[in-house]
Amino acid sequence: MMEIRTPKTGKAKRVLEKRAPKLVETGKKTLILHGTKTSATVSSVLMELYRLKKGGAIKYSRRNENIRPFESGGETSLEFFSQKTDCSLFVYGSHTKKRPDNLVLGRMYDHQVYDLIEVGIENFKSLLSFSYDKKFAPHEGTKPFICFTGEGFENVPELKHLKEVLTDLFRGEVVDNLNLTGLDRAYVCSAISPTKVFLTHCALKLKRSGTIVPRMELVEVGPSMDLVIRRNRLPNESLMKEAMRTSKDKPKKKEKNVDQDAVRGKIGKIYMPDQKLDEMHLHDKSKGLKRERKESKLLNEETDSKKKKKSSE
Amino acid sequence: METETDQIYHLDVGNLLGFNPNHRFPSAPSSREELVKECIEESRKLVQAIANALFNFTSTETNDGPIVQLPPPTTKLPREKHVPRPKPPTKWEEFALKKGIQKRKKDKVVWDEQTDQFKRRHGYDRVNDDNDVPIIEAKATDEPGEDPFAKRLDEKKKRVGKQQKNRLQNLKAAEKAGALPSHVQLAATSLPISGTKSQPKKIGKDELGDVAGLAATSTASGGKFDKKLPGEKPPKKQSKHHQYLPVVAGRGAVNPEKEQTNNVLSKIFSKHSHEILNVGKAINMYNVKKEKKKSGRSDKSGRSDNLKPKKDITKKPANKAK
Repeated sequence: MMEIRTPKTGKAKRVLEKRAPKLVETGKKTLILHGTKTSATVSSVLMELYRLKKGGAIKYSRRNENIRPFESGGETSLEFFSQKTDCSLFVYGSHTKKRPDNLVLGRMYDHQVYDLIEVGIENFKSLLSFSYDKKFAPHEGTKPFICFTGEGFENVPELKHLKEVLTDLFRGEVVDNLNLTGLDRAYVCSAISPTKVFLTHCALKLKRSGTIVPRMELVEVGPSMDLVIRRNRLPNESLMKEAMRTSKDKPKKKEKNVDQDAVRGKIGKIYMPDQKLDEMHLHDKSKGLKRERKESKLLNEETDSKKKKKSSE
Repeated sequence: METETDQIYHLDVGNLLGFNPNHRFPSAPSSREELVKECIEESRKLVQAIANALFNFTSTETNDGPIVQLPPPTTKLPREKHVPRPKPPTKWEEFALKKGIQKRKKDKVVWDEQTDQFKRRHGYDRVNDDNDVPIIEAKATDEPGEDPFAKRLDEKKKRVGKQQKNRLQNLKAAEKAGALPSHVQLAATSLPISGTKSQPKKIGKDELGDVAGLAATSTASGGKFDKKLPGEKPPKKQSKHHQYLPVVAGRGAVNPEKEQTNNVLSKIFSKHSHEILNVGKAINMYNVKKEKKKSGRSDKSGRSDNLKPKKDITKKPANKAK
């Protein structure tokens, strides 16, 4: 016996529709959690990452013993959390003797693990240790610049993978329109060796230059760390093909109040709000406008006189 | 953006992403600070390049600041969820397609002939409401005892039930194609125990009584002092079934235990009676006895004792079989 269950409140319905797969996707949420044991560096890295991604991240504070990303059975808990919180990126931190200060960055496709990359953290500097002029501190939720430097990102496959994952992680929402005053952060990633990447977070200073384009300056504000590549798992071919599939046509947005007619051409409807004639303002008898009216009066007189002259001629 | 040393940056303005593939970091870095400085300087160049492209776009002025149309991003990143699958057409949609029936937009408000006003089509105080009819005229085909209002209600219920069934079928087909609408969930209410989709069998009174008895044994006193509902039968004996006979018989009564053992013995003997009697020996003895009787009569004419073997009086006589 099957039963049809539908949400009883509008809010529940909206939440479900938000989580449904869409044709054009917007920002991925990140799940930040840690394993059985974490060191001070790992916990501060996780905390600062959460702060950097405040709007689109969820941080779990309890330790999770049964999550082992690289083992076949150890991913079920992660997949469950991903489904629960609707997150498709995750950052898992742990600390063991074999792998000290370990960070696993992973992505999900349809709430199943898509790919993983494991990095070790070295030379971590927290954002509290940087001193800078607080005026330039980046605001929460702004779209960042992401910069990759180094030939390693092109030649070494693991670094290529890391580049993709970091882009996904830092990208935020995909927007059509950008406010140019809201550009205030940049992530700097440089491949200093075939196995190491230097990552830091900088604030942007826009300085006046001669042209429209201001001169950009970077001031190191945020956490900075060295990422040492440990293990990675690439997605399998079929899954990758499916995930990379994009639909070419955007969903046609219905243009409201516009009609096409063979006879009259393109017609638009304009809806006027109710004109409350009792409450309408008539003469604005303020002093400033009097001058305008005087001037316009003068102008009208001139044109009248010109007309009279013409007619007389 | 090309620079003099023919370095080409890979820019993705839609993502605000810049990639400089040509820079080579020294394998033996001078110092940490120098390295950091170098990284930041290179990135600054990249950011400048992206900003050059950005600020040269046509911007529209708003209250918050200049707004620029970003081009779509060029780096391909994997999707979060699958592309939404197309819903299979419902039974009605298929039928409409086959027959060429077009959808017609219906107005929310309809003219009601009876009350000469506009009434809404669905909802409170609607047009042609089934419940509002005061008089239903009897037709020639109607039976005298039937209630037409009840009949109408019944028909409506049937129509609603049919519609629900059709809706369920359509949703099941959509689920099969993987295109169930996001707010709908199909849940199995009562799971069949067997593998089939048949309805579970209804439990009868006796089975219920048994099950209730089974449940009662889980109490501390084994269900002995549980309050019984009216009509509930006392519990059947749950323990082992022993029957012990009285050892001492009552007045005049036969000792039942003795009689029981006797019965058992006689049964055993009767079963194995052929093994108790040695038939061969019995026949011999009978024959010997018979011959003795015969010889005893014939021997009384007077034969001398000297020919007969003398009896040894020291030897005891052998046990004769009785």
